Amino acid sequence: MSDAAGKIDANTKSMTIIVTKGSLDWAYPPFILGTTAAAMGVKVEMFFTFYGLALLLKKLDLQVSPLGNPAMKMPMMGMHMGLPNLMAAIPGVEAAATVMMKDLIKRKGVASIEELRDAAVESEMTLIGCQMTMDLFEYKVEDLIPGIQVGGAATYLGKALKSDLNLFI
Amino acid sequence: MADHTLDAKGLKCPLPILRTKKVLKDLPLGKTLEVLATDAGSVADMRAFCQVTGNELVESGETAGVYRFLLRRAG
Repeated sequence: MSDAAGKIDANTKSMTIIVTKGSLDWAYPPFILGTTAAAMGVKVEMFFTFYGLALLLKKLDLQVSPLGNPAMKMPMMGMHMGLPNLMAAIPGVEAAATVMMKDLIKRKGVASIEELRDAAVESEMTLIGCQMTMDLFEYKVEDLIPGIQVGGAATYLGKALKSDLNLFI
Repeated sequence: MADHTLDAKGLKCPLPILRTKKVLKDLPLGKTLEVLATDAGSVADMRAFCQVTGNELVESGETAGVYRFLLRRAG
């Protein structure tokens, strides 16, 4: 365990998170848990792979889709409203849903992903971009925020095998 | 009186905890921090935060929808 000043001793707990999803809604769990763990003195390593790699891009452009997402019910006019897939598939609906979600997030005092990612960088946790994903989707290190590491499955496993807690999100 | 006060009213999880940590790490050992929050989840969260980090939760209470926590920097 580390103290409030963040000093690390032999008993410091460690945690890894595999981040596989890059939509606005799915970006929350890994960043919330990662930053909170770091605030609680846990040594955190986050491994961004497949669509999760989008969360490391310099310019975040996260969207949320009501398509195939029946649990997405927004509070509106005193009710909770969802969209049937047929309507959710109409061009422009995803953009509108994203605007609504971002507005809701702001109004309710929920942190933006930009804010949580800044907190993650500030807390000096290790952020690792998946090399294979970068090759697959044609991203260069320069496309990602500075200070990240790049690695593969063995890099992740090397860390996960020594960690107290490993999450796949 | 606390040595420092943090206004975390209107913020949702995990911001009250992140802000608390940010202020706490610059606070000298033994000094106290008062945190004000409106997030109902912060009651359980602040307790867990203190348990894990070893900081002391001296007081915890609620008045008119505002939760007040008094922490003492330890460790």
